[in-house]
Amino acid sequence: MRVGLLGRKVGMTQIYQENGVVVPVTVLECGPCVVLQVRTRDRDGYDAVQLGFDDKKRKSASQAERGHAKQVDAEPKRYIREVRQELPADVAAGQTLTVELFNEIKRVDVTGTSKGRGYAGVIKRHGFRGLRATHGVKRMHRHPGSSGPSADPARTQKGIRKPGHYGHDRVTVRNLEVVRVDPSNNLLLLKGAVPGPNGGYLTIRQTNKV
Amino acid sequence: MQNRLLDVVEKSTMKSTTPNFEIGDTVDVHVRILEGDKERIQIFNGVVIGRSGSGSREMFIVRRIVQGEGVERKFPLHSPRIADIVVKRSGKVRRAKLYYLRQRTGKAVRLKERFSSTAAAESKAAKTERRAARAAKKAEKARAKAEAASSGTGAGA
Repeated sequence: MRVGLLGRKVGMTQIYQENGVVVPVTVLECGPCVVLQVRTRDRDGYDAVQLGFDDKKRKSASQAERGHAKQVDAEPKRYIREVRQELPADVAAGQTLTVELFNEIKRVDVTGTSKGRGYAGVIKRHGFRGLRATHGVKRMHRHPGSSGPSADPARTQKGIRKPGHYGHDRVTVRNLEVVRVDPSNNLLLLKGAVPGPNGGYLTIRQTNKV
Repeated sequence: MQNRLLDVVEKSTMKSTTPNFEIGDTVDVHVRILEGDKERIQIFNGVVIGRSGSGSREMFIVRRIVQGEGVERKFPLHSPRIADIVVKRSGKVRRAKLYYLRQRTGKAVRLKERFSSTAAAESKAAKTERRAARAAKKAEKARAKAEAASSGTGAGA
């Protein structure tokens, strides 16, 4: 089975290895997740495991969400995602998966929603350098400058990078090293950063990078 | 709740007890160094001129003068490489950061010694020692008594 779980970003910190090397880690609260449904090739055309994480109040869940959770005797979930499988999954609906799944896993991919930056300029959004601070530059210090040639082709090329909405995007960070698995607190420690704010929901999968 | 979980992680990597030292103290920092595959301890002596950070990220800066040249090293307090920190002398200071020492040379670098807290610490240590000795004596007495009692019953039987 391709291991995958849902979780929440707790925050970043650093821990010491025994030889004194400091490792920057992101702490994830990972699981326990309920298997809400198992997708099969016969019925759905693909194999996957549908997981749910973090209970939602029954009152604020829709009738459909309640019914879906009730089929496996679970509470309605706030975060539901599927983990695709290459082979038919060896889990049953209603089963609870914990972070111990990652005991044998060395590296993972993490998918989440990046921090929203709203309408951002080209310096923040695309890393442009802007114009000079002095030498006669007039109120144009963070501008993109020219967006292309003049009379020929007399239009702006497609795909020119411009200001616009930035962040709040689905982002996947691949091949993060698993530093520690702490089943007693449902914690997973990964080396490096993951997308999104603290408290944001994440999908963590065994990496498909070789 | 989020912070509680972060605390769990940080606690696991922090030392349970750290030596007590303050800004202005002259300390010996015992640093573990790997030479080939042998480990030895190197001592860096100097004045603590600042502490920064919190939790497992806490650092402290030690400054000393080597051959007329100021040398500063910043150590992570909770690093396993730091074997020990021994306070040699306490300085009387009124700042949390002693960066003004960088501008000074020669005799001006010296800090006035602060006795009160060390004296207090010493007397406290002596007190706990005495208390421990007394407790040990008491325990021994009790044991002797119990032994005597048991041997007495043994003789009676």
